[in-house]
Amino acid sequence: MAEQLDQWTFVIAAYAVVIVGTLGMVAWSWIAMKRAEKRREETRRK
Amino acid sequence: MHGFANPARFLRIAKWLTPLCLLAGLVIFGAVIVYGLFYAPPERLQGETARILFIHVPTVWFGMAGWTTIALASLAELVWRHPLAALAARAAAVPGAVFTTLGLLTGSIWGRPAWGTWWVWDGRLTSFLVLLFLYLGYIALAGALDREGSNSRVAAIFGLVGAVNIPIIHYSVIWWNSLHQPPSISTSGSAMAPEYLWGMLGGALGISLLFGGVVLARMRMLLANVQAEARLRRKAMGAAEGLAS
Repeated sequence: MAEQLDQWTFVIAAYAVVIVGTLGMVAWSWIAMKRAEKRREETRRK
Repeated sequence: MHGFANPARFLRIAKWLTPLCLLAGLVIFGAVIVYGLFYAPPERLQGETARILFIHVPTVWFGMAGWTTIALASLAELVWRHPLAALAARAAAVPGAVFTTLGLLTGSIWGRPAWGTWWVWDGRLTSFLVLLFLYLGYIALAGALDREGSNSRVAAIFGLVGAVNIPIIHYSVIWWNSLHQPPSISTSGSAMAPEYLWGMLGGALGISLLFGGVVLARMRMLLANVQAEARLRRKAMGAAEGLAS
């Protein structure tokens, strides 16, 4: 190790970044898909 | 293969496969996160920071797999003109870019305690940063072409040309001096302890399911947008013809 750092701070930071990034991407993609499919159904009904 | 290029058949399969992939991916990746944080033993030299590898390595793999998907779908679009190939390429760009960003961030966070620095301009890190810029360029280009209704073959050619960076990333640690260690897993075996190897492979399985689920969700979104636009255009043309006659 180059210097004594609290290793857990880095571990928690890395896991937090991945959890937030992954969940955000999944939620965004799911909501965008549902919105687009709802819009398609609306144009079909009009 | 050509059978799946039918949008109606694709939608029938994607309707149940999308939530299945996403749910299974979340469960498996969640289990790997719990294992990595609470159950994996600290490594002899790296200590607790070795836990970061359970999430860093799979995100890096799927950052690269994202562009490989773009390249293969682009090839299918150019050669066989599959109606869904262009959508598949565009759908893979966002998850690929997200995993590339996460790979860069987690690598940098791991590098600070392990190497004593957040970043070095060596072959592996620089070529992986170039991959992120390629993704951003591809997303911007494909979006602009779609908005203008231009020929999407330009994006497909960009997707194929950009694939040259993938072997550069892989072999960079062999070709050039690098702080980054050479590959620990190869076709001849693994240099990793089993508790790390299986944790990492579990992470890769979880991320691969999430990647597949997100690609399917984004393909469904793009397909729904195309179909809605086509319907609105047809209705507008019908209304214009009605007014003219």
